[in-house]
Amino acid sequence: METLIRSDYAEGFVTQIESDTLPPGLDESVIRTISSRKQEPEWMLEKRLAAYQYWLKMQEPNWATIRHTPIDFNGISYYSSPKKKPQLDSLDEVDPELLATYEKLGIPLDEQKALAGVAVDAVFDSVSVATTFRESLAEAGVIFCSMSEAVREYPALVQQYMGTVVPHKDNFFAALNSAVFSDGTFVYIPRGVKCPMELSTYFRINEVNTGQFERTLIIAEEGSQVSYLEGCTAPMRDENQLHAAVVELVALEDAKIKYSTVQNWYPGDNQGRGGIYNFVTKRGDCRGDRSHISWTQVETGSAVTWKYPSCILRGKNSVGEFYSVAVTKGLQQADTGTKMIHIGENSRSTIVSKGISAMQGSNAYRGLVRVAAKAENARNHTQCDSLLIGDQCAAHTFPYIEVKNPTARVEHEATTSKVSEDQLFYCRQRGLTEENAVSMIINGFCKEVFKELPMEFAVEAQKLLAVSLEGAVG
Amino acid sequence: MLSIKNLCASVDGKAILNGINLEVYAGEVHAIMGPNGSGKSTLAHILSGRDGYTVSDGEVHYFGQNLLDLETEERAHSGVFLAMQYPVELPGVNNMTFLRESMNAIRKARGEAEIDAVSFMKQVRHRAKQVKLDEKLLKRSVNAGFSGGEKKRNEILQMMMLEPQLAILDETDSGLDIDALRTVADGVNLLRSPDRALIVVTHYQRLLDYIEPDFVHVLASGRIIRSGGKELALELEEKGYEWLQEGAAA
Repeated sequence: METLIRSDYAEGFVTQIESDTLPPGLDESVIRTISSRKQEPEWMLEKRLAAYQYWLKMQEPNWATIRHTPIDFNGISYYSSPKKKPQLDSLDEVDPELLATYEKLGIPLDEQKALAGVAVDAVFDSVSVATTFRESLAEAGVIFCSMSEAVREYPALVQQYMGTVVPHKDNFFAALNSAVFSDGTFVYIPRGVKCPMELSTYFRINEVNTGQFERTLIIAEEGSQVSYLEGCTAPMRDENQLHAAVVELVALEDAKIKYSTVQNWYPGDNQGRGGIYNFVTKRGDCRGDRSHISWTQVETGSAVTWKYPSCILRGKNSVGEFYSVAVTKGLQQADTGTKMIHIGENSRSTIVSKGISAMQGSNAYRGLVRVAAKAENARNHTQCDSLLIGDQCAAHTFPYIEVKNPTARVEHEATTSKVSEDQLFYCRQRGLTEENAVSMIINGFCKEVFKELPMEFAVEAQKLLAVSLEGAVG
Repeated sequence: MLSIKNLCASVDGKAILNGINLEVYAGEVHAIMGPNGSGKSTLAHILSGRDGYTVSDGEVHYFGQNLLDLETEERAHSGVFLAMQYPVELPGVNNMTFLRESMNAIRKARGEAEIDAVSFMKQVRHRAKQVKLDEKLLKRSVNAGFSGGEKKRNEILQMMMLEPQLAILDETDSGLDIDALRTVADGVNLLRSPDRALIVVTHYQRLLDYIEPDFVHVLASGRIIRSGGKELALELEEKGYEWLQEGAAA
């Protein structure tokens, strides 16, 4: 019976000129289709269906300080892939048009990247079309591939770790992702290996009305290290696009994972139409003693951002870090922050959050620091700063602190400041334009976070901020 | 160089300047004195392009162009510099970077090449020594956590680096001890040159012991009520402002 349904769907699948896209709507058969198109094993389909059944019983969360038009989950197409292509052996086989698009986005997906020491796994809509430098990574024993491939090639690892950090029951959007995730990145760093290059993935949402459900899993074995970069751009669209990604990080004993994001998705037009809704669940599990997970994010895009990259500090002496810059302008809304869950003894965490609101932008920091009863000598320091530009924007701070161990030391500092007329006058009197002055003040404000980014990303992030705040003053 | 004719200005409908007339030629140092609230700082702000003032009458010409038509940064590009009474803090903005950006913005506007890093460093170190500004402060954020005296020295350092045509010092002496005052004055004196003019706004005569003005103007109720040579400042020191104000009212 099952086979019948699946094959029916495969035949009924409409191949359009440019891409294969499922008609909008979500039911079990859609999930079966996704799974079959990806040639997934049975256990993966079972996981998806279980998540779907659970999702059906869940309610969309409404506690965040964001407002948006209701999302019609049946108005979304859950699968889209660039023209069906055989597995590629080299870049020469990639559609030149796709390569041109990447060129426009400034992604040099070619041999030059090797010299720069960066491997790129580019995701165009939902299917990975090319993965570079697999070989030199393979020499080090590093696995860096698309999630679909990992499901087929490394089922044991995927089965062992997927869903162990963010189970499908975690939240509404994580459940949805677990049911329909399209593709994403899989990284495995073997014991004692320091990944020889920065791993980098560029996401791009391209198809109209296609939700993006990326799934990323990074596993760092004992004593290994990896730095992963994620950057995004998206073209202008009229309809709201939903993005609900799940990222899981697992750091075993003495392992270190650094995860950096620069996010610049379409924020919508002046009336707030057409922007991307970004509901993301990112979580790292410091499973081993002395493990270390560091999140750095620069968020300038999306109409709505709902995102709390978190660390579960299970191991003794484990370290969690969260460095964030979130910019909202126009009608953008962001409710973002982190969770640091201290379970292991002597676990430490640092939170540095910089929120910038301009025009009518609304920015909320929401952070939880929880110290469990067993977490002797846990330490947390939180620095949470808001910068306001103009008099119509908003900044909110919601720190939640739960401490169940008397030896814990938890510090929370918060400031709110404005780019003042005095500062602008001072800069302009010294010959700087207002825009230069603002970008200088903003970069000064964000410095603590930018210095956590890999060099070339820091430069990009600065430019991005300057561009996104253009015209926001005065 | 600078010609102010019948300048009248107000803030929130309240008249502050009531017909200022002043001619400043290159090479001259003018001191503007007067009691609190006489409009000294307002004059300095209007000349340098601060928002929030309404000019209701009068004209200001600077090298033949209408100064009031220029944007704040354009005035800076054409050589107008204001050393502020309360220098602003710019947290996170490196002091040296700020200075270099400022120099380059001005150079660029004038069609000149940017200053190279080596000569900039050389110059800034040299000038910092002259105003006795601790080099460590060059590496900190602009004015952030500086003492009052350090802020003023930093202003003079910026002035020396930017080499303005017309420098306006707004109560640069306020809050300075005698040593700092002397250092700041020495810095200003180094900048005196035949093609540069200085307007020194001050409440006290003290600063003028060190920066010797060619002209002294007394401002009261938004008007220059008396102009004279440097001896006028000494007279004011002796008699205070009241005798002049009474004279003016009569």
